[in-house]
Amino acid sequence: MRAVLQILFFVLLARPLLGLLIGVNVLGRENLAKAPQFVLVANHNSHLDTLALLSLFPLSRLRHIRPVAASDYFMNNALLRWFSTTVMNILPIPREGFTKSNNPLALMGAALEAGDSIILFPEGSRGEPERMAPFRKGIAHVLEKHPEVPVIPVFIKGMGKSLPKGEVVLVPFFCDIVIGEPRKVRGSRDEIVRSLESAVSELREELILRFGLGEDGMEEEGVDQGEPGQPSGDSSGK
Amino acid sequence: MEGFMHWLSVIGPTFQMGLIVLGLLLLSTAIVAVLTRAKPATDFSELAQRIRSWWFMAGFFFFSLIVHPDASLVLFAFLSFMALKEYFTLIHTRMEDHRVLFWSYLAIPIQYWWVYTEWRAMVVIFIPVYMFLFIPIRMILAGQPKGMTVAMSRIHWGLMLFVFCISHVGFLMKMPPTDMTPGGGRALVLYLVFLTEINDVAQYIWGKLFGGKLFGHRPIAPAISPKKTWEGFLGGVITTTALAAALQFMTGFPLAYSVGAGLIISIGGFFGDLVISCLKRDVGVKDTGTLIPGHGGILDRIDSLAYTAPFFFHFVNYFFYRIPW
Repeated sequence: MRAVLQILFFVLLARPLLGLLIGVNVLGRENLAKAPQFVLVANHNSHLDTLALLSLFPLSRLRHIRPVAASDYFMNNALLRWFSTTVMNILPIPREGFTKSNNPLALMGAALEAGDSIILFPEGSRGEPERMAPFRKGIAHVLEKHPEVPVIPVFIKGMGKSLPKGEVVLVPFFCDIVIGEPRKVRGSRDEIVRSLESAVSELREELILRFGLGEDGMEEEGVDQGEPGQPSGDSSGK
Repeated sequence: MEGFMHWLSVIGPTFQMGLIVLGLLLLSTAIVAVLTRAKPATDFSELAQRIRSWWFMAGFFFFSLIVHPDASLVLFAFLSFMALKEYFTLIHTRMEDHRVLFWSYLAIPIQYWWVYTEWRAMVVIFIPVYMFLFIPIRMILAGQPKGMTVAMSRIHWGLMLFVFCISHVGFLMKMPPTDMTPGGGRALVLYLVFLTEINDVAQYIWGKLFGGKLFGHRPIAPAISPKKTWEGFLGGVITTTALAAALQFMTGFPLAYSVGAGLIISIGGFFGDLVISCLKRDVGVKDTGTLIPGHGGILDRIDSLAYTAPFFFHFVNYFFYRIPW
């Protein structure tokens, strides 16, 4: 039943919305099929990000893809909880009050061990529209424990303009999604975080090389080079 | 039977133009197939892609016309939406203007509603007057003066070109048949769209074949588009004007007026094309989008129509209709 609802939602609502109303241009879509299990890592500016990423996959794979999201936000009321779990199939993680089994790292690890794939936004927050914040370290802990699971880096452009944080009215802009080759990342936690950041930034460069900088690109400064700190509490999605 | 005859007479011009377009598409597809086989070393894939996209665009256009004239209004409203979206994606927009952009999109169904209901005075004043005044009002409510003059000018320019100007195609569609224009709106729209698109193609072909060979290497506007040569421009004007005269039977215009329409469409289309080239140079992109394989984006395709539609509309209106606003 859940699977049917999810498929109906994506076929009847999400895909037409993203295809006709917004208009998503995808580069490197073939890379998604190359990894049966993966950790998808993307920059995050809008609630539309998760929707857009999920709608790129064949419907049959949806049941095994868990977007990691903050439970205090997405499990907040009954309706949102129903939507988040049934339709989006999120992996809810707490942002505080961790216990041994109820903490982001354990939950993500358990999902990977169960054979599921996860979608993760290591910036931790949608943040400022169309700006990339430094990645948090939690992702490195997960990948350290599961080095066999390949990472798919993804760069998303434009969703933060269509539906930015704190806005309820959707205003369509064409959006781009660039999907990189699946890769296995190793090294120290710092190295893992750095390599993921640079993988996503490279995809951004690829997009610029292909279509030109555009006016917004000229004003952007690119990746904000701060300290990658704060272990755990990754990709809360709030 | 009577209903069928009526339907046949209504789709008359559509049918004639459909045959012409079908012939041209078949011819160009055959030429590319022959070229690909004759010169395996040269890459014709972009040209082939371009022509494949023409098949789709012509298909959509004729399908909507056959279904109902008003179905083509929906098509042109959708085209306005895609074009405006592409424009808003290209330019820098302020985050404070999120809701202003929302209202701008909403102007599309409203504008086409005036077209549909034939409230003609409203069609010509809604965006130039009411939206022009409303955009700054909504911006004031958002309360960010920094960059406001630039932002409101740019948003309104987009609405004018991609909604107001393009909606003139629908406006034309609603024109009734008269003694001077027995084909009515449908024939006029077919005539306009065909000549505008063929003018783009003719200028491209003349430019490719003779560009810089007859009058020396002097692009018309080198800083905006080095590819626009006098040979391409003049070849396009001559071809389009000759075709405008040859297709006189569709609209029923007297010959002199057909030549006039040809000149207006070819020269207008040329400058429309350059205006969008200018926009692309300004914002630093190669194509306006990725929606039409081989062509680029929507703006790359409808740039000339945004100029020819109002020019041709007012030409027709002045000489044959004289609508009292």
